[in-house]
Amino acid sequence: MRPVLYVLSFLAVMALGFWAYRENYTTQAAQREVTDLQNEIAGLREALTIQRAEWAYLNRPDRLRQLATLNFDRLGLLPMEPQQFGTAQRVAMPPPPLATDLMPGLDIEAPQSVSGSLEAEQTP
Amino acid sequence: MTRTPLRPLARILHARNAGENPDTIERENLRLRHEVMRDKARGRAQLRLIFLALSFFSAFTVIGARMGTLAATEPVEPRTASVGNQIEASRADIVDRNGRVLATNMLTHALYVQTRDLIDPARVAKALATIFPDLDEATLLRRFTDGRSFLWVRKVLSPEQVQLVHEIGDPGLLFGPREMRLYPNGTLAAHVLGGASFGNEGVNSAEVIGTAGLEKFMDDRLRDPAQAGTPLVTSLDLTVQAAVEEVLGAGITMMNAKGGAAILMNVDTGEIVALAAGPTFDPNDRPNNPTSGDPSDSVLFNRAVQGIYELGSTFKIFAAAQAIDLGLLTPETMVDANAPMIWGKHRIKEFENHNYGPLLSVSDVIAKSSNVGTAHIALLIGGVRQQAFFKAMGLFDASPVELVEARGAKPLRPARWPDIVTITTAYGHGMSGSPLNLASAYATIANGGIKVTPTLLKRSEPMRGERVISEQTAAQAVGMLRRVVTEGTASLAEVPGYAVAGKTGTADKTMKGGGYYKDKVVNTFASVFPANDPKYVLIVTLDEPVEMTGPKPRRTAGWTAVPVAAEIIRRAAPLLGMRPQVEPQPLDGLTAVSN
Repeated sequence: MRPVLYVLSFLAVMALGFWAYRENYTTQAAQREVTDLQNEIAGLREALTIQRAEWAYLNRPDRLRQLATLNFDRLGLLPMEPQQFGTAQRVAMPPPPLATDLMPGLDIEAPQSVSGSLEAEQTP
Repeated sequence: MTRTPLRPLARILHARNAGENPDTIERENLRLRHEVMRDKARGRAQLRLIFLALSFFSAFTVIGARMGTLAATEPVEPRTASVGNQIEASRADIVDRNGRVLATNMLTHALYVQTRDLIDPARVAKALATIFPDLDEATLLRRFTDGRSFLWVRKVLSPEQVQLVHEIGDPGLLFGPREMRLYPNGTLAAHVLGGASFGNEGVNSAEVIGTAGLEKFMDDRLRDPAQAGTPLVTSLDLTVQAAVEEVLGAGITMMNAKGGAAILMNVDTGEIVALAAGPTFDPNDRPNNPTSGDPSDSVLFNRAVQGIYELGSTFKIFAAAQAIDLGLLTPETMVDANAPMIWGKHRIKEFENHNYGPLLSVSDVIAKSSNVGTAHIALLIGGVRQQAFFKAMGLFDASPVELVEARGAKPLRPARWPDIVTITTAYGHGMSGSPLNLASAYATIANGGIKVTPTLLKRSEPMRGERVISEQTAAQAVGMLRRVVTEGTASLAEVPGYAVAGKTGTADKTMKGGGYYKDKVVNTFASVFPANDPKYVLIVTLDEPVEMTGPKPRRTAGWTAVPVAAEIIRRAAPLLGMRPQVEPQPLDGLTAVSN
């Protein structure tokens, strides 16, 4: 019984050593990957900052004003004026819908066949 | 354990036979037994001591070894603890109230030289001088070869310059990363933002410190690593600020002024929506502080905050409001306005020696800007109460706004307060303040009499300050200011739909040695709009303006500051989302009181 126990425990030590060896290398690989990812994140964050700064730079009021002036004939942009505020009442109501739109396929020019009965008008 | 008896019978009998004392045998045995016990105890104690010594030795060895390795190894960031570990910019951004960027950081490089590693100093000096035209080849070469080992060449490089320096290809040229403060909007809000520069510099990093304005005042907050990710939200509105600066700049040019300032403030919260001062500068390339000449001639001079001027007739409304609040007068009360008024050896005159008298209603005193009328109102109030009122309005203290420049700009007030000072300060002479002081005081009136503290940081809840004047007095004061625009000296301020109310002020500039210039004035227009429900206060100040379109030069605020202010309101109010409204007819007195 005892020799079997010795062999088994020796095999267990071997297995655990192999497992620890592999875990060590996986951990190191994971740490390298984390470092790479963090560098990538830092790079992207830096790029984001620069792009945000560039966006702010390209949208600076001075430049937009110049662009609006240069492209005046196409865009016709002017500074906002108080009289440009409108009210809902000044917006035209949409035109009433046409019969042809409500019933597609209906030909209003052609004669229509109508059948049925109308109730007689009641006379007092 | 087998115990040896103390009195073994065989030996005792033997001793008795021999005639000896058997007790000696017992004592002898007892002694031997004690010796054995003692040796055993000593052995155990020694074992304990050795064990303890070993424990201490190993513990100290472990600690010492750990300390040694910690001291010997390069510091590294903990790589495995990556959750929430963010790599952020070292200085927080500054944004406007809608999140648009006013100041941010950009990564650039600094160039330095390790002269021992230089292969061909002469060639490097020549190449650097062609890349940077402001560097001198001979000076560079001398510095490369005079024995020093380390030398900074440039603090900030553009990416193109980095590439050009790389192409020189000398191992002695090295780059250090630098975080640079960038103001993408150029000159916009330059006087608010101030500027930043490098503090302590190392090869691998340099600290960015604020040098003026908001950057310096909020330096601790901006550099706090815990808050580096959250931008500092200011109360400014980028579009409104741009419009105000454009109009003010045009106004300064058209009115031939030396400079100017404009402040647009929300009366409910005290937030400064726009603060412009001209002439301005680019904070990306902030000029050095002037070392000679008048500091107020520098572009760095923030006239809105640092400009301590006599603000002239804009002060008249304070006297009127206080007198009404004390119950001494009503807007319709007639006061003596017979000019000139003689007080001791002083003659109080009106503008261009007019005489609006003999009697004028309080409302007309404000509308016509009568010095004499105001003087009589001020005498009614008295110096002590007048000073207390100015103090409550914040006109005696430096403005608490978040700019470093504001701390040093304390209003100038006379040391003694005789009656003549009471008279002159009532119409804004003999006492100076900054346009921002005036803006807070007008905001206090426009806010229904509750004191307003100006701020440059976004604030959502309305002001909860102390009450300075009653709500009814405040409404009457705004009503009187409205009459200045509809019937008085500020007729050019009428902007249809926005019911502007305000007061003009023209003050002669004071000379350095005392006395006043004849042809140098400071014109101020302090306005509130819309008059029926005040939302914003606008102060426009022009330094030495003169309007030349008429037959003779005009230097009154009504001709210079007022049209500029009107244009600012016309441009800014729609941007603030204010819809033009038909002004409600003023209520008659009875209804106003019952409301």
